[in-house]
Parts: sequence; structure tokens; C-alpha cells
Amino acid sequence: MTIDFEFLGDTLSKLLAAVPTTLGLFFASLLAGGLLSLVVVAMRVSRHWLPNRFARGYILVFRGSPLMIQMFLVYYGLGQFQAIRDSFAWPILRAPYACAIVSLALCTAGYTAEIIRGGLQSVPHGQIEAALACGMSRWTVLRRIIAPITLRHALPAYSTEAVLLIKSTALASLVTVWEVTGVAQQIIQRTYRTMEVFICAALIYLVLNFIVVRALGMLEKKLSPHLRDRNGAAPKKAARQVANEATVPDAHQIDS
Amino acid sequence: MQTSAAIALSATNIHKSFGDAHVLKGISLEAHQGDVISILGASGSGKSTFLRCINLLETPDEGEVRLAGETIEMKRARDGRLHPGNRKQVDRIRSQLGMVFQSFNLWSHMTVLQNVTEGPLRVQKRARAECIEEAEQLLTKVGLYDKRDAYPAHLSGGQQQRVAIARALAMHPKVMLFDEPTSALDPELVGEVLRVMRALAEEGRTMLVVTHEMGFARHVSNRVMFLHQGQVDAEGTPEDLFNGRCSERFQQFVSSHHSRAAN
Repeated sequence: MTIDFEFLGDTLSKLLAAVPTTLGLFFASLLAGGLLSLVVVAMRVSRHWLPNRFARGYILVFRGSPLMIQMFLVYYGLGQFQAIRDSFAWPILRAPYACAIVSLALCTAGYTAEIIRGGLQSVPHGQIEAALACGMSRWTVLRRIIAPITLRHALPAYSTEAVLLIKSTALASLVTVWEVTGVAQQIIQRTYRTMEVFICAALIYLVLNFIVVRALGMLEKKLSPHLRDRNGAAPKKAARQVANEATVPDAHQIDS
Repeated sequence: MQTSAAIALSATNIHKSFGDAHVLKGISLEAHQGDVISILGASGSGKSTFLRCINLLETPDEGEVRLAGETIEMKRARDGRLHPGNRKQVDRIRSQLGMVFQSFNLWSHMTVLQNVTEGPLRVQKRARAECIEEAEQLLTKVGLYDKRDAYPAHLSGGQQQRVAIARALAMHPKVMLFDEPTSALDPELVGEVLRVMRALAEEGRTMLVVTHEMGFARHVSNRVMFLHQGQVDAEGTPEDLFNGRCSERFQQFVSSHHSRAAN
């Protein structure tokens, strides 16, 4: 098999033209799913049984069933109900692009809620107590202490979720959204050249994911200077040494 | 001497249970302005729980806490237990009670300086420049001015605890609560924290100190309270208690501490 550069170039340019659609799906569902996940996680950590059970059920359903089936149910299934066709949501649910975003967002919200919950649980209780003890209101504690620490702990797992979400946008081709994978399949149906086309498509996803991972990695690094060693030296030992020098001679009198 | 000063803090008949365990069985305490009260007791005697009941980190089942004449409002729920009646009041009272924890509990995502300015900025809503200036003075006082941009993870335990003390002082507390401030520290780091606490005592600050440091209780505090199984077993001046005019149990407690210190 010889390499047909002209065909590769032509394929790549066609696929690149579909990248905005893929990115649109990604960012819209990331944003909507992120906001929805905050609602779900708030219900999930609620002490009241009703929101708690509801959130558990939500997470079970959307993590536990295939995204493809969820997408088919939203796109083909909801339109079967007259009530939905009459409702305000129909202009949205009629469009394949919007259906894809809705189902991607619903699904990622389930996963993200669990990631955030893990981050919440990692907040040391003592730091919350210290905030309460200095008189912060519960809202201030959430905003100034719990949320920043949760964000820092959740970010590594969240970057995995973002990568999975980019790859999940490929499923939108099944509900006739012409994003990168959909366009790739169109080209294959015309040319029967599976290898070149899918490799080009895979490369595009690889580059997108590389950018996403790097961007979130930089954010993580920027937010966590306290987890990095200063000046690359082992910080604990250095600190200990300084402490010893600073120890005061009359300390033993108190301690006697 | 003590009676002439105004009452800064009083806790009356504090009861607390965790499940079946009756941890506090009616403890009362009155701290006058400038008092330094050491609260001693074996582990499980309820001394930390008592301290935490004062700023409502634990809600007492019974009893009353007053700070500078203001009673913390409590409501009785249907199950008979008390609950804070007014959350805003609780937040305000807490902001006037500086608390220092055994495990420091500095906010890990903030620098030393941010840890000290956070309360004044967010709770007292004071001007930023003023907060920073005062925080730097406090850090100088505890000997950590040069660490103001470091993160807690980069400090030794003793340094972290001194930052925690500066953080509490930044709120201009009426009373300072210390919950075993040196118990989590390596022995060689205990001195630096005790020295700061001694300096605070000499300034005339009102302090309640739950501690195992017999030296501090004896030489720095002006009153000692000894708890045993959730009750006050002995109370008085350190001279009285440490010179044997007290319960046998306290003498046993002290001698066990001395033999441990000698090892």
C-alpha cells in the first residue's frame, strides 16, 4: 500500500472542517454537565433522604447505562411523546445537535458529581473547623475553604473525565451530527479507505486531548503551589533545620 | 486579685454525651479578664470536648456559655437537645474566641500570610492593607515574618502552630482557646510554641489551655482545673494544687506525668 498524500491532505482538511462541531459539542456539554453536576452533588451530599436518593438514582442510571442508548433515547425516544412535542423544549429536542449535547451533559454530570464528591470528602475536617472557629458563615466556609480545596483534589480526575467526554462526542455521529467521526464515516462510505481516514480522525482526537490535558495540567500546577517543593529541594528537612535554629534557649524553663 | 477583674467568659453546667458515653457531666468555669487557666486531665476525661463546647464546635446538651456578658442563645429541639438559636450570633461569638488546635488546621491552599489575613478580611471585613500590615506584625511576633509567603506544608509543626496562633490573634479575640497546642509536636519543637504562649499570658490575655505540659500549667497559668471522667476533680491555683493541697487523683496524675517526663 503506497501513501497517497493528496488523499490524506484532502481527508484531513475535510475532517478539520468538522472540528468546530466536535469542539462545540464538547464545550457545551462540559459547561452544561458541569453546572448540572453541582446540582447533583449538592443533592448527593444532602442529609435529607429525598434529594439524596434522587441523586444516587441519577448517578446509577447515567453511569450505569451505555451513553449510546441514552443518546438514542433522547433523540428517537422523547419525540414519541406528544406532550414533549408540544412542550417548550421541542425546538431543542428536535435538533440532533442539541440532543447530542443534552445526552452528553446528562451523562458527564453523573460522573462529574462523583468526582466532586470525592474531592469534597478529601477536605480535611480540621480545616473546616478552623474556619468555623474564626466565625466564618457556612457560605463563606464553602466558598473560601471547601470549594478551593475540593477543586484542587478533583482536578486530576476531572481531566480524565474531560478526555472521555471529547471521545464521547464521537457518538453524536449516530444521531446524525456531522462531527469528526461522522464526517470520517461519510468519507469511508464513498472511498472504502478505512485505514487512512480513521487514522486521520484518531490523530485529531489525540491532538485535542493533548491540549485539554495540558491546559488542565497547567491549571492544576498553578493552583497547587503548596504541593510542589520550593526550589526543588526537600522542603521538610530544610524547614526542620530552620526551626531548630529558631528554638529559644529559655524554652526548657517552661518545659521543666 | 482575680475577683477584681471582670468576667470574660463563663461556662455553666455543661453536659455532653456522644451516644451512650456521658463525656461531660456538668462542668462550670469562670474566667476573669487576664486569667490563664490550664485544663488538665487524662485522655478521655472530656477536657477537649469541654473546650469545643465553649465555641460550639460541639453543641452542649445542657448548659450555658457567656462571653463578656453575652449569653449564647440556645433552642431546645423536639428531641430535648439544645441547638444554637441564632447562627449569626454563634458566628460573631466565635470570631471573638481565638482557637488553636492540636493539629494546627492551617488552610493548606493559602500562604502563611493569607492564613492570617483570611479571618479579618472575610469575617470582620476590614481593609486589606490594614489586615496585611497587622498580619505581618503578628508574624514578626511569633518569629515567622520571613515565612509569610510559604505554604503550611513547607513548615515544621512548631512553625505551623505559631502561624495558627498568629491567625487566632489577628481576630483580636477576647479569649483564646488552646486545644492541646503542643501534643502533636516533636519534643524539640514544643518549646518554641510554649514561649509564644507564655508571652501572650504575660501580655494579660485571657486564655484557656487544654494541655499536658505540666511546666506550663504550674509556672504560666494562674489557675488549674483538673477533669476526671467528665467532672471537675480539683480546681485552684497552681501553688495549691501542685503543692499537694488537692485530690489524691490529681497527685497521681501529676506524678505519672513526671515519671514519663523523666524517661
